[in-house]
This record gives sequence, structure tokens and C-alpha cells, in this order.
Amino acid sequence: MPSSEGYTQPMAQAPALPTGFELPLEPRLPRIGAVDQVAVEARATDLSRRSIKREAKLFALDLAVRMMDLTTLEGADTPGKVAALASKAIRPDPSDSSIPSVAAVCVYPNLVQPAKERVAGTGVKVASVATAFPSGQSPTDLKVAEARRVVELGADEVDMVIDRGAFLAGRYAKVYDEIVQVKEAAHPSHLKVILEVGELGTYDNVRRASLLAIAAGADFIKTSTGKLSSSATLPVTLVMLEAIRDVFEETGRRVGMKPAGGIRNAKQSVQTLVLVHETLGLDWLTPDLFRFGASSLLNDVLMQIRKEKTGRYQSPEYFTLD
Amino acid sequence: MSELEQRGDRTPIPSAWEYAPAPESREIVELRERYGLFVGGEFVEPRSGEYYTTLDPAQEEPLAEVPQAGPDDIRLAVETAREAYDNGWSAAPAAERAKYLFRIARILQERSREFAVLESLNGGKPIRESRDVDLPLAAAHFFYYAGWADKLEYAFPNRRPRPLGVAGQIIPWNFPLLMLAWKIAPALAGGNTVVLKPAETTPLTALHFGDVLRQAELPPGVVNIVTGDGRAGAALVKSDVEKIAFTGSTEVGKAIQRELAGTGKKLTLELGGKAANIIFDDAALDQAVEGIVNGIYFNQGHVCCAGSRLLVQESIYEPVIEKLKRRLTTLRVGDPLDKNTDVGAINSRQQLDKIEELVAAGKNEGAEIYQPPCRLPEKGYWFAPTVFTNVAQSYRIAQEEIFGPVLSVLTFRTPDEAVEKANNTPYGLSAGVWTEKGSRILWMAERLQAGVIWANTYNRFDPASPFGGYKESGFGREGGRHGLEPYLEFEGAEAFGG
Repeated sequence: MPSSEGYTQPMAQAPALPTGFELPLEPRLPRIGAVDQVAVEARATDLSRRSIKREAKLFALDLAVRMMDLTTLEGADTPGKVAALASKAIRPDPSDSSIPSVAAVCVYPNLVQPAKERVAGTGVKVASVATAFPSGQSPTDLKVAEARRVVELGADEVDMVIDRGAFLAGRYAKVYDEIVQVKEAAHPSHLKVILEVGELGTYDNVRRASLLAIAAGADFIKTSTGKLSSSATLPVTLVMLEAIRDVFEETGRRVGMKPAGGIRNAKQSVQTLVLVHETLGLDWLTPDLFRFGASSLLNDVLMQIRKEKTGRYQSPEYFTLD
Repeated sequence: MSELEQRGDRTPIPSAWEYAPAPESREIVELRERYGLFVGGEFVEPRSGEYYTTLDPAQEEPLAEVPQAGPDDIRLAVETAREAYDNGWSAAPAAERAKYLFRIARILQERSREFAVLESLNGGKPIRESRDVDLPLAAAHFFYYAGWADKLEYAFPNRRPRPLGVAGQIIPWNFPLLMLAWKIAPALAGGNTVVLKPAETTPLTALHFGDVLRQAELPPGVVNIVTGDGRAGAALVKSDVEKIAFTGSTEVGKAIQRELAGTGKKLTLELGGKAANIIFDDAALDQAVEGIVNGIYFNQGHVCCAGSRLLVQESIYEPVIEKLKRRLTTLRVGDPLDKNTDVGAINSRQQLDKIEELVAAGKNEGAEIYQPPCRLPEKGYWFAPTVFTNVAQSYRIAQEEIFGPVLSVLTFRTPDEAVEKANNTPYGLSAGVWTEKGSRILWMAERLQAGVIWANTYNRFDPASPFGGYKESGFGREGGRHGLEPYLEFEGAEAFGG
């Protein structure tokens, strides 16, 4: 077991192959691989031009609601605020009972209990961030302890952040071991690993971080904390989905994906679902394997659903803020 | 809404997500029942009195009647072009020529949707391609050469460029409007006048272009459009023009070259290809697979520079083929006017027959065929995207240009072998190289005998970038200053032996 004092190895080591990814004995594709920026952006753009209308659009919008992690992560959050959010999560549109509940609410550790009380008896899960969210710049033992604590408080899902400082310094083994420890501490809740793609710099790094997180036991890989201005773009989502696909093809293991931050309207959410559909297929079109981390997205989706059903756009005043 | 399957205690997974039909409307195109030849700024009846019917290949429905130009019609068109050249165009200030080219470009942009729909209707290519590739590029070519029209002395310093006279131009059916732009724009920029013959199966966008010329108030006779089959093209080749520009099959190109030998007429040929798309084991794999797909299934493979041979490094053969086959299952074949269609109709019965013949040959010779499950429409000309593995260099499907959505896969072990195999063809139009290693891209580019080499991409075009082939893919270039040169003669060239 690694020392809980933190790592004292020299910086900039050669990247360690995470355990669980053996060196292949037969000539196979280089496991980590590369991503061509121009081509991946062009592919994402092409897919975003799919024309999804009428029944196909309603199908996607309904899915989008069921896949949403309704989120509030502010210093000013209170039990009252979270209670209101949870009510919205359970019943997004009071005037339309056919609209399903969302998948989960996502909150800070101190708000887990109020959230849990509010959603008790419904299917809505409570996800909590942990591990010194959003920076991750804290000693490993404290981050692991935080993860354990939020599970004790009742979180069904834990959203952790990777140590980007260690990653960018080339200390991949440290990043990996931390995830392994948090996964163990979070058991039996499921673990989402936030890569914070906006800080990783290249698509190659996003792919490496994705594979590393998956090897370390992530149930979901997630793009961002939502605290940076740059987050889940279509190309970045595509890169992560392709990494998930490679893992599935080679091992049969299914890992989920969650874009967070940057998806503000229904159109973007439908475009993202097209990406999932054409990269991973129908099997991933379920909240068990795909989530949207969002707050303002929900109302735009509800508005679009209303428009598809009635033929008219309703004023935003008719959709509750929470 | 689709049905959901229940799966134990997991959230139900949908059984399907069908994209609803998303057709682009045909309403925007005003088709006439019968067209004339566009000569001297007007649509005139053909002296031959002959017409033929042009079809929509996706439905096999007739669209309109167009003239079959006879020898008299060709002669009239050339005379008209010569008159326009002598009586105004050649002496017009260069800025005037530029003005018309800019107008044409602008009008094409404004009528972009109309032309895109018409192109897909008459040719079979997906609306997404005609809208996003053909039309923008066509306009871009006119804009680009508009910029050169009054700067020829800068394009060819000290060479004193002069126009040739009348240019006869014959274009193919795979990118009808775009090929028209590639031909007409540089010719006009150089001060020449033009008689252009579009392909037999795709005359409509060229004829509607006549309307654009009228809108632009281009002086009558500067551009003339004559429709018809190979006989009209042959007549044009033999006529009293200073230059012939041809894009089409190698076979016809050779016939034209024989015909012109000794006549002093200038010639450029842009012919077929059998390009190698080369994937090294360090390539960005998912993107390389996109590049393969784009290389051969874009425009149903009706592309002279199509990456019809996949040369994949043996060490990653299996993962690439697995990914490729999987990717083929998400290609949508269908109505060209549906915005979600990826692969459209084959342009004609004739071309479909040729594809089927070569595919049968491939199977007979022992190659292994894969086609994703595809619901092909009942009517119309269709062929499912196809991959042949276990292909030997000597098979017909590795040597002959199929001009359809059919890929032949071969392997190589080292970069040297890749170069050898890529160059082992009478063609030399284009090639693709996929590797993360920059030095290898440069190394390959030096050695590949291809006029166009794409690195980590495919089928990218720009009016500033010269396009053309080596060996039996033809000679001469289109695009850039290189594309202007064939339409000019240079004073004092004799002094330099040119």
C-alpha cells in the first residue's frame, strides 16, 4: 500500500502503465494511442449536423431529462436551496406529469443529508462531490476520508476530481493510486471521476486520463467540475466516448460518461446524444451509463418538449426556476 | 416514441432511436420541362432538334428534357464564343473581368440552397455534401480567380501573360457544378471565352448556371453551355478552339490526346486515380478510420482522388478493420435529399453496372467482401458501402478504378514497402498518409508519386491549392496560379524555348 504521507518520488517519471492494462503479447494497437485534433473536431461537427426532428427529437429530450444530474455547487447553498432543487428534480414540470424525474441531484458534502431527506422514496439519486472539489489540491488521505464520509452521510454516487497537478507533472501512478483508494472508500456508491478536461490541454491527454481513470476503477468518467469556463465540448466528449468504446471492445466492461458544464440548451444536449448513439450505440442511452451535469439545461429541455407537444414556445415564466 | 425493453432491475434501454426523415424541400428549384442550349446569352433550341431525358438517379424519375447538341450546335457555340472574345472580352479591362467573376460568385452564394438541391436531385449525392462542400467550394473558386483576373502580371512576373482565345471544356458527372467552377473561373480570369459541355447525366446545374450568368449580366457569348453525350464532347474537341480542358476517365482522356496530336491546341487532362490511403501503426486510429470512410464513401466513391486502396500497416490490421466495419454500420444510405443521409445514389445505371462487375470480379479473384446491413430503396441506383479484405496487389479491384463505394484493403510492413505499393499503379492523382510522426509525413510526401498528398486528413480542397495528377492521372493543374497557367500564353516564351 502506498504511504499516506503523499508521494516523494521524483517528478516527470516515464508514464507508468496502470495495472489492469497488461502489455499485450500479440501485436495489437498501442493501447494508449493518439488523437488527431483537426479530424476529431471535424467528426464532432459532422455529427452535430444530424437533423433530429419530431418523434426522434422528443425521444432524445425525454432521455435528456431522465439522464440529468441536477446540480448546485455553490458556497451559498443551504438546505432550503437544496430542498427546492430536489423538488424540481423529482417533478421537473408541475403542469406535465408525463415528464419523468431526473437521474440525480448533485451537491456539496454538507448538503447530502438535506438532499437525501427530500428525495427519499423517489427514484432520484443523491450524488456528492468529494476529494477537495474542485481543485483536488489536498493530501490524499484527506480526500479519501472525505469520500468515505459523504457515503456515510448517504450519497449514492461520488463525483471525485483527479489530481491535475500530478497528471501534468507526469506522475500518473500517483493519480492512478488516488483513484483506486477513493473507489475503495466510496464503495458501495458508484464513482464518477472528473478529469477537468479544460486543464489537460490536449485531446491526447484527455484520452490518456480517461483510460487511466477507467483502469483505476471509475464507473463513470466526467469531463469537468463546471467551475472553469471551458468544459464539455462535443469533440472532448467524443474523445472520451471513443476511449470508453475501446475499453468495452477489449474487455467487455461498460463505463459511463458524463459531460458537465457547457451544455446549456436542449439542442446541445440532443447533439451530445447523437454522439453517444453513433459512437457507443443504444446500450449507452440510459442514465446508468450516461448523465448530463447541468442546472439551466433542464428548463430549456422542458421548453422544447412543450414546443414539440403543443407546437408553440411557452414563455420562460411558465417554467419554475427550482 | 420507440419501445423500451425492460432489463431486470436496470433502467430500460431503448430498442431503437430512429432519426425521423429530414428532407430538404424540392420546392426551391424551378425545373423546366425542356431546356435549350445556353449560347450567346440566351437559351436556344438545338439545331439538331434532338433532346434526351435526364433522370433523378435516386428514384429513376425523369426530371427534364435537355438538348443533344449536334455538330452544328457545337460550331455555333464556338463561333459565338469567338465573336465574344474578339469583340470585347479579350480587350476588356481586367478589372471588368474581375467584376463579373465576383458577381457570379456572389450570386452562387445567394442561390446556394437552390443549386445544392438541384445538384443532389440530378446527381444523387447527399444534400449535406452539395450544401456543405460543392456549393461553398464552387463559389470560392469564382471568388479566388476573380482576385487574380486583374493581377496576371503578378501571377507570372516578367512573362507577359495573354489569353488564348476560346476554350472548350468537358466536365464529369461526379461534381457537376464544382467542376464547372474549376473550369470556367480560371478561363475567364485569363481573358478567354468558353464553351462548356457538362456530363450527359448531370446537365441541370450547368443549365441553371446560364441563368446565373444572365443575372450577372455577363456579356453574351463569353460562356456557352452545350449539353449532350460523348458525341457532343467529341465535336467540341475537334472544333476551332485554342484549348481543351477535360476531366473524366483515362480512356477518354487518351482518345482526346490522340485526336489533338499535331493540332497545336493546348490540352490539360484530369483523369482517374486509384489512391492509396496509408495508415501507420502510430496513427490516431479513430480519426484514421474516419479518414478512410471519408476517402472512399464520400460522394459514393465517385471521386477521382478517392482513397480506394487502404494500405494498413500489418501490426494494426485487426483493430483498424474491426473499427472500420463497426463504423460502416452507422453510415446512412438513402434519399439524397434527406439531411441525415451519408451515402447517396449511384449516378447512373451504367456506373452501377460497372461497380457490380468489378465487385463480382473481386469476389471471384478470392477477396473477402464485407457490407454492413443496409436497407436499400426499391427504385433508383444503389450500392451498399463495401470493403474487400484479403486483396492482392494484382487483383482487378486493386488495379482498376471502380468509382464506387468499394474499398480494397492491402497491408504493408515498413514505410518502404508502403511507398512501393502505393506507387505500384499507372495512376498518380492522390494519396493519404496517417501517422503522428511529422518526419514520416515529410518522408512519405517526398516519395509518393501523387499530385495531391493529404496528411491526417482526406478530400480537402481549396481554390488556392493546385490539384492534378502524375502519370495516367493526367497533366496540368487546377487551382492556384498553376490553374491559371494552362489558359494563358506567354509573350517572349519563344526566347526561353517555352
